[in-house]
Amino acid sequence: MINHFPVWKNLTIAITLVIAVIYALPNLYGEDPSVQISPLRGAVINTALLNEVKNQLEENDIALLNSELTDSQILLRFNQTEAQLKAVDMIKSTLGNRYVVALNLAPATPQWLRSLNAAPMYLGLDLRGGVHFLLEVDVKAAKKQAIDRSATSFRQFLRENKLRYLNVMADTQAIRIKFRNQSIFDSAINQLSSQFREWEFKPEAEEGSTTPTLIATMTDDELKKVRDYAVKQNIITLKNRVNELGVAEPVIQRQGDHRIVVELPGVQDTARAKEILGATATLEYHLVDTQHSASSGRVPIGSKLYNRRDGGQILLKKQVIVTGNEIIDASSGIENDTGSPMVSVSLDGPGGKKMSKTTRDNIGKPMAVVFIENRTETKMVDGQPVRYKTVVEEVINVATIRGHFSNRFQTTGLDNSAEARDLALLLRAGALAAPIDIVEERTVGPSLGQDNIDKGFNSVMIGFALVLVFMVMYYKTFGLFADIALAANLVFIVAALSLLQATLTLPGIAGIVLTVGMAVDANVLIFERIKEELKNGNSPQASIQAGYEKAFSTIADANITTLIAAIILFGFGTGPIKGFAITLSIGILTSMFTAIIGTRALVNATYGGQQIEKLRI
Amino acid sequence: MSQQNTIKIDFLSKRKLALAFSIVLIGVSIASLATVGLKKGIDFTGGTLVEVSFAQPVELNDLRGLLSQAGFEGAVVQHFGSSKEVLIRLLPDEALNSAALSNKVMSVVNEKFSQKGELRRAEFVGPQVGEELQEDGGLALLYALICILIYVAVRFEYRFAIGSVAALAHDVIITLGFFSVFQFEFDLTVLAAILAVIGYSLNDTIVVFDRVRENFRTIRKGSPVEVMNISLNQTLGRTIMTSMTTLLVLMALFFFGGEIIHDFALALIVGVLIGTYSSIYVASPVTLALGITKADLLVVKVDQEELDKIP
Repeated sequence: MINHFPVWKNLTIAITLVIAVIYALPNLYGEDPSVQISPLRGAVINTALLNEVKNQLEENDIALLNSELTDSQILLRFNQTEAQLKAVDMIKSTLGNRYVVALNLAPATPQWLRSLNAAPMYLGLDLRGGVHFLLEVDVKAAKKQAIDRSATSFRQFLRENKLRYLNVMADTQAIRIKFRNQSIFDSAINQLSSQFREWEFKPEAEEGSTTPTLIATMTDDELKKVRDYAVKQNIITLKNRVNELGVAEPVIQRQGDHRIVVELPGVQDTARAKEILGATATLEYHLVDTQHSASSGRVPIGSKLYNRRDGGQILLKKQVIVTGNEIIDASSGIENDTGSPMVSVSLDGPGGKKMSKTTRDNIGKPMAVVFIENRTETKMVDGQPVRYKTVVEEVINVATIRGHFSNRFQTTGLDNSAEARDLALLLRAGALAAPIDIVEERTVGPSLGQDNIDKGFNSVMIGFALVLVFMVMYYKTFGLFADIALAANLVFIVAALSLLQATLTLPGIAGIVLTVGMAVDANVLIFERIKEELKNGNSPQASIQAGYEKAFSTIADANITTLIAAIILFGFGTGPIKGFAITLSIGILTSMFTAIIGTRALVNATYGGQQIEKLRI
Repeated sequence: MSQQNTIKIDFLSKRKLALAFSIVLIGVSIASLATVGLKKGIDFTGGTLVEVSFAQPVELNDLRGLLSQAGFEGAVVQHFGSSKEVLIRLLPDEALNSAALSNKVMSVVNEKFSQKGELRRAEFVGPQVGEELQEDGGLALLYALICILIYVAVRFEYRFAIGSVAALAHDVIITLGFFSVFQFEFDLTVLAAILAVIGYSLNDTIVVFDRVRENFRTIRKGSPVEVMNISLNQTLGRTIMTSMTTLLVLMALFFFGGEIIHDFALALIVGVLIGTYSSIYVASPVTLALGITKADLLVVKVDQEELDKIP
């Protein structure tokens, strides 16, 4: 029997559609204004904290809709934005700076859908409002710093090994070392090469020169490492700074070689965001005040109370041992003897002397590293912008001095190598700042975001309605089949976007609109083919069969070529454009299914196995 | 199959006229692109753009004066969508900290202007990034054309591939030319639209070619020109229908999608119109001119035993 689908085929189509409907459903529920609390610096999230917050909300008559507790955060939902705003102020003031307290719009997806991992589409910044920054790490500056640091190391090394040099000069590309005579030169080149493997040492051929000169350049591997470090240390400090902004779902990602993307949904005060992101960091080593206790509440003269990154407070002596400026290098590694993770630090000459003096007298005592962020903020006072400086200090590590050391030392006792890596990156961030610049910014205000959603939704609906009417008018019953398939296609696109959690942008919505127009193409091809077959005198049943069959390869060819264009668009595009490429690609794939298999099922169910005189097409 | 029934319009007899028409359009486009060029948006030039909305209609000259007093002399100020919305553009300026520029503009507006505004959108693109986006965009176009050329060459035959890519290049040049002649702004979204035009126009061309290939194999009599003409007529209904539905949704996007998507929709509308025309009057005539014959598309049946005998 022709034009008949076996039961399993119809069933598969029905099940696929049901699944698509389920995963598209979350988009119909709105969003609840909510407050999100996530821990910082070793703080914990638990039931006790949740109950404490709940009690406070009750005391202040703030109506809570419901609350959720997960390992990483507490989510409080409210009925109204007003309650949400009141709550966030209250919670911020009571929890202090150990938690990120952020406003959010939590999807109001019902529990049964969430248990299926169904979630609404992820909206891009152009739809939900927020800031997108592209930051560029100044690789040249990072390289210059690395060269300067190495020049210092070379001098130190040559001095320690009694290799007398005339001078060591660093420029932006290389280091030149001049020697008085050839024999010192020869032994220097040997010893330097074996000590500094990440550098290449060559004699410089200079005409008429009486002083042999060594030219040292960084290997490509080392250059890559310098660049990688510069990017990574910036990412780690940016993460800290973004936490301070209280953003619910920030994105901080490396992009390409030397760029970092920062996306801050919902942030409106871009000036403040820039100030906070643009802070500069330094470091200080202090001795810990072991004679007094931090919990006594009294701070003795000559000491200062600091917050620890992992929670709690600590008393440190005010006197600074060395600062970040005196650090030449910090890197993480594995201790040879014990195999435990460690961070090794090298200091320059003056820093080494100071460190030597301190450690000689304080063996067995703890020493702390303070990470300091300086930034300038602008606040409005009496309608006038006033700039003032803020300093945020934090103890990132405390370790016991095990012996007398100066220029080089190791910090051990770290829990794992990830912690060692983070500490090394923070030390570098404080000591060896690699400058970053904002090279791209896109801010979308909340009203525009909502406008974009509304207009996008409207144009999808209007375009959709126009196509529906047009198809029914032209193809009658078959047009109706195509319309049903088109509606199913929209559901599929929404379900696929929700499942993939791909970012939906305004161009992405345009992509959906375009797909609506183009998706019927497959049906048009099939229907025109059926008409032709009928005109050639074939029976209705045979025409349907032939129409679908003959149109198939055309549809496949046409769609694959469009898909090629969409994939290339995805590869080259950024942000919003990628969104367009995604919806276009998904739309092409789902439309093949609905327009070919979906309509066929409908046609078969209507006409299959019957004696038909005429088709309404 | 009777040929008399299917040929309603003798498309290809007018292909000389169409050639002249296309040459004129392409000539105008290239001339305009070479002399006036595209009005590139800040995505490609770099610079700062601030969109501000006000409660009352805004007199642009007042705002311009205010901004130039505040040191933004090169600021381009225009209405955007309505008289209450204003778009302020600044070219990249080495002397100013560009990233902070949008905030400065906003504070000038809020402190000195007769009414306070609300920030709708702020964009800043560094000159370096702009250059890269431009380069990437050009490369994307090029790669798309090359990949399509290869696909069509493999699926059909090289003459079809050249024909379809000629049609695509035709569409891209004319759409770009349209943006240059009328000085509509050319930004990233418009570029995306042009890539979508490539996809669409190709879609159209492939449908025709598919029919040509089929007819070359089934119609015994008739010259290549006749077969092409028959194929064009057979697919005409579909070409018109699909263009209609696509144009319908694009119109919806153009009129209801908002200002930001306006130029995007426009590029697609122009592209779809040109693409529909080119799949009839560029792709097929070029393939014909390259000397396509029936023999080129006959299915070659290779005797497996014969193959096995080849050492």
